[in-house]
Amino acid sequence: MATVELRFSALPEHVRTARLVAAAVARRAGVDESVLDELRLAVGEACSRAVALHQRNGVDGAVRVALTEQEKRFLIEVADEAGPTHAAGADATGGDSEDEDALGLAVITGLVEDVEVGNGSDGGVIRMSWPLSPVSITV
Amino acid sequence: MDLSLSTRTVGDRTVVEVGGEIDVYTAPKLREQLVELVNDGNYHLVVDMEGVDFLDSTGLGVLVGGLKRVRAHEGSLRLVCNQERILKIFRITGLTKVFPIHNSVDEAVAATD
Repeated sequence: MATVELRFSALPEHVRTARLVAAAVARRAGVDESVLDELRLAVGEACSRAVALHQRNGVDGAVRVALTEQEKRFLIEVADEAGPTHAAGADATGGDSEDEDALGLAVITGLVEDVEVGNGSDGGVIRMSWPLSPVSITV
Repeated sequence: MDLSLSTRTVGDRTVVEVGGEIDVYTAPKLREQLVELVNDGNYHLVVDMEGVDFLDSTGLGVLVGGLKRVRAHEGSLRLVCNQERILKIFRITGLTKVFPIHNSVDEAVAATD
């Protein structure tokens, strides 16, 4: 089970909330302060992409963000419910939204060493993970 | 934190000062502002990003869109940014090669290349 799980309607105004929650949970889990900015950005990109896929495919639904504290890593999964065939949008005119999708993925893969982009029956899933710092006890 | 936008004219340049967070929710406001400026005949833009706390790919997309618009009128779009975490996003997407990025508004306004 995820440490914290968040589901939100696929709307742009909720992406900021997802960023803030992910960063707060990651900080508490012991992800190094120096990578929290990158983590926040990567989660935002994954959520923005999910929201855009819903809008482009004209599908209602939710974006699920699962934040899981593992023994040595902090795992984040962002799943959409925009349907299995994202390629359908790619056949269109290839306007600004396609450019932004490519830019979003470029940012994620540029920032995160461990990242996997997958497709399920309901939609896509982006899995990312970061190392947890060795336990530090603050008194 | 929302997005703040203000514009002023310096010589033949229009400076757009942006503050706050540019993301999937707020980027459309920046897009509208840039489109409006170009439609009103302002083709030499300087986007001052010193007050920006957060920028994502949606924001990058809007800036690229702005650049395309001013270039259609043989204009220019220059950025002012000194923040490492923002510059990093331009670097990993290769956009440092697309945008002239300056250290100050004065430098951007004076640039002519």
